[in-house]
Amino acid sequence: MTTATADVERTSGSPKPVQEVHHAAVRFAGDSGDGMQLAGTQLTNTSAVFGNDVATLPDFPAEIRAPAGTLAGVSGFQINFSDHDIYTPGDQVDALIAMNPAALRANLRDLLEGGILVVDSDEFTEQNLKRAKFDRNPLEPGDDLLARYRVYPVPLTRHTLEALKETGLGVKDAARCRNLYALGLVFWLYDRPLDTTLRWIERHFAGKVDVALANALALKAGYNFGETAEMFPVRYKVNRARLAPGKYRNLTGNQALALGLITAARLAGKPLIYASYPITPASDVLHELARYKNFDVRTIQAEDEIAAVTMALGASFAGAIGVTASSGPGIALKQEAVGLGVMTELPCVIIDVQRGGPSTGLPTKTEQADLWQVMLGRNGECPVPVLAARSPSDCFDAAIEAVRIAIKYMTPVFLLSDGFLANGAEPWRIPKAADLKPIEVVHATDPARFKPYLRDEHGARPWAIPGTAGLRHRIGGLEKEHVSGNVNYEPANHQLMVTLRAQKVANVVEDIPDQEVFGDPAGDLLIVTWGGTFGSARAAVEHLRSAGRKVSHMHLRWLHPMPRNVGELLRGFGRVLVCELNLGQLLLVLRGKYLVDAEGLHKVQGRPFMVSEIVAKANEMLQGARS
Amino acid sequence: MSTMPPLTAKDYKSDQEVRWCPGCGDYAILNQMQKVMADLRAPKDKTVFVSGIGCSSRFPYYMDTYGFHSIHGRAPGIATGVKCANPELDVWVITGDGDGLSIGAGQLLHAIRRNVDLKIILFNNRIYGLTKGQYSPTSEEGKKTKSTPYGSIDHPIYPLSVALGAGATFVARTVDVDVKHQQEVLKRAAAHKGTAFVEVYQNCNVYNHMAFEYASDRQVKADHIVYLEHGKPLIFGRESNKGIRLNGYGPEVVELDKGVTVDDLLIHDEKSPTATLAYLLAQMHYPELPEPMGVFRAVEQATYEDLLMEQIRAAREQRGDGDLDKLFSSGDTWTVE
Repeated sequence: MTTATADVERTSGSPKPVQEVHHAAVRFAGDSGDGMQLAGTQLTNTSAVFGNDVATLPDFPAEIRAPAGTLAGVSGFQINFSDHDIYTPGDQVDALIAMNPAALRANLRDLLEGGILVVDSDEFTEQNLKRAKFDRNPLEPGDDLLARYRVYPVPLTRHTLEALKETGLGVKDAARCRNLYALGLVFWLYDRPLDTTLRWIERHFAGKVDVALANALALKAGYNFGETAEMFPVRYKVNRARLAPGKYRNLTGNQALALGLITAARLAGKPLIYASYPITPASDVLHELARYKNFDVRTIQAEDEIAAVTMALGASFAGAIGVTASSGPGIALKQEAVGLGVMTELPCVIIDVQRGGPSTGLPTKTEQADLWQVMLGRNGECPVPVLAARSPSDCFDAAIEAVRIAIKYMTPVFLLSDGFLANGAEPWRIPKAADLKPIEVVHATDPARFKPYLRDEHGARPWAIPGTAGLRHRIGGLEKEHVSGNVNYEPANHQLMVTLRAQKVANVVEDIPDQEVFGDPAGDLLIVTWGGTFGSARAAVEHLRSAGRKVSHMHLRWLHPMPRNVGELLRGFGRVLVCELNLGQLLLVLRGKYLVDAEGLHKVQGRPFMVSEIVAKANEMLQGARS
Repeated sequence: MSTMPPLTAKDYKSDQEVRWCPGCGDYAILNQMQKVMADLRAPKDKTVFVSGIGCSSRFPYYMDTYGFHSIHGRAPGIATGVKCANPELDVWVITGDGDGLSIGAGQLLHAIRRNVDLKIILFNNRIYGLTKGQYSPTSEEGKKTKSTPYGSIDHPIYPLSVALGAGATFVARTVDVDVKHQQEVLKRAAAHKGTAFVEVYQNCNVYNHMAFEYASDRQVKADHIVYLEHGKPLIFGRESNKGIRLNGYGPEVVELDKGVTVDDLLIHDEKSPTATLAYLLAQMHYPELPEPMGVFRAVEQATYEDLLMEQIRAAREQRGDGDLDKLFSSGDTWTVE
């Protein structure tokens, strides 16, 4: 076991020395019923409100409550908080809080050498050790499994029960507060204020005074234990980050999607109709939106994925903002209706919060393997604009952009998120509503000039909504005659219409700014990413550049169409590396589209890239380039 | 008040050429729909016809209203979206036995159970016409078709039983060639607030000709169908001398002059709060029993879109109309100077 060294100061209030660090990554791990997501979220909010930059990685099993103490049931929540801009939740953690042996076994590999390991020693029973497949207790002297870490076995359960003795709460209920006890200890360890969580407890358990009191007591008891126990030689301090001035809040990707959709509907002056079928990890968007009926948000929990997308399309036909969301398996079901949206040229947004596939795959884990599905996975020539959010808070802007493009070009738009963004959180600089650009909506109103498929300068047909006097018309999935929109099977008309639909989607490029590159516009290596891989790649490129490498980063927000200058940028670099959580989907698109000899870094483990993985691959390629 | 010129069926015809096979029962239904629309002076600009896929689903192209010919089995979803976006619209769904009860059975059930204010007209011809003659979910057992050369081994599904099982608030049946009756039923459906489900026996003269001859042929139909009237006993037969009597849990045919009086007969009650009677009637099948025609059930229940809009109204009253700035700043916030 190592001890902390380096610049240590003593703050006036605390008898323990405090060491300043620039960032800290902490992971809570326990059974899926242990409240690890809650503890992690509270540490996140507290750190964010305190003024750190934060990035999080919740990681939970698909099973709601797998048998207690088993490896299958381990749920984790990782947070990285810092005094500077950060892009990722951290490759490895500085501290691991393991609530039982299974949590220890499942997470130990991610703890930095010399890292802090707090375990609930009460849970290291023979039975639990057996469940976690330990032959012997790793906490016992002579076991070298934990030799490289600073291990703090704390009887968290007994301490919590002791602290709550006076509350009259039963043992079972009292023991459930041990996550707050552990959280309190972490708050002490990283010099965090308690007030944000205390306020949350008050709000969350309003009406359950005894439960609120117990949680608050457990939190404080954990904090005090850190303060008084002669166990921890040092505590850490992460100062406020120098974020851009403004008002901030913490936001997960799914929350940001919901806020973005509400905002987009407001900016367009339209009701939002959001129809979806519950699916991990997209359901939270529905939960979030269902709360905001006072914004004229009309949510429908549909009977299935197909019903959901058709409801959204019907709503768009009738003049509302129709939106649906799902994850991979549900998107597969929706595709026929997306094709109908392409043929009828109606504005709607389909959100794919990607997860590990194929089939049911890894429901709670992240992946980026639906790019081909949303770009190509429909019958016929069926182009749909596709964009992807790059971080949790970016989901807000991406949602507004998706709605804006859908309306302007009268087309379904695919918006990609993923499990990592959906559940991960980061600080969001709150915009002023008045600063957001309105979304222009033009409805056809003049019967004398109305032709259902007469296109404007962007290639979009008019949006003529039922109820408008004199604009009665019929649309459908059969091929349309150019201009009139009547059913038409003529060979030349079909070729024309296929071309016009493709051209219309290609025209979206007019609304896409030229692609930017982080770093120099030319060099030895260009790292290309899309979606939630942004953070790991940006951190990797910053690292490589600070080491003097001629590496740049191109992060694509628009996957279809792509900005005009992408090909030119790709040609400015000796080598191109496409990092994505699939087996090379963007890679194939770029190679096909731009004839560039790009290479891929692929990872399909249900987890985001580690910065070090990208750095290692880049270094390997640069080495190769030199030799 | 100025008097408006009378509207005719022609006013509801679109400029599109109707392309069903000559002699198809769909023509009769289209004509009656246009006549009914004219009689009701239905506002064309506020009327939307939505359909799925199949012969019947071409229907919206021929109506001079708004129309949406969607994908197979999905008209109820599209129509629900339309109605939730704009509850002021009159929304009709045109479907068939394949579209509504095979590929689209799920959506049909759920639209009905939500009681969305939709008028759903299911054209039942007991065959797949557009794909050229395979058996459908309403085809009788043993039916020989291209896909069942040895006879179908599927048990048929009965549209009205399905609708009632889903909690339909309005259920009716009529026959394509029974012009007057069909008009009455369509008018009743139009007047219903909530999901109105109407099954129309429709002749496919190419692939399943005369499937409903027993119910449409003037010579024989009086003995094979019984017209339902609210509050009236179930009497049928060419001489109006037969009736339906309850025997235990089931209906039986009785002859009125053989010691049985009208008082012994089953009295129709379309407003019964439970669907028990309507279900019993829906289970009457030719040739064992005459098949009821008319309105089986018509009860009032809040519609989906009314409840949806009421929640929005209440939320606005309680929390005020949504304010984006307040929304953005909800929860824990902090300020960086």
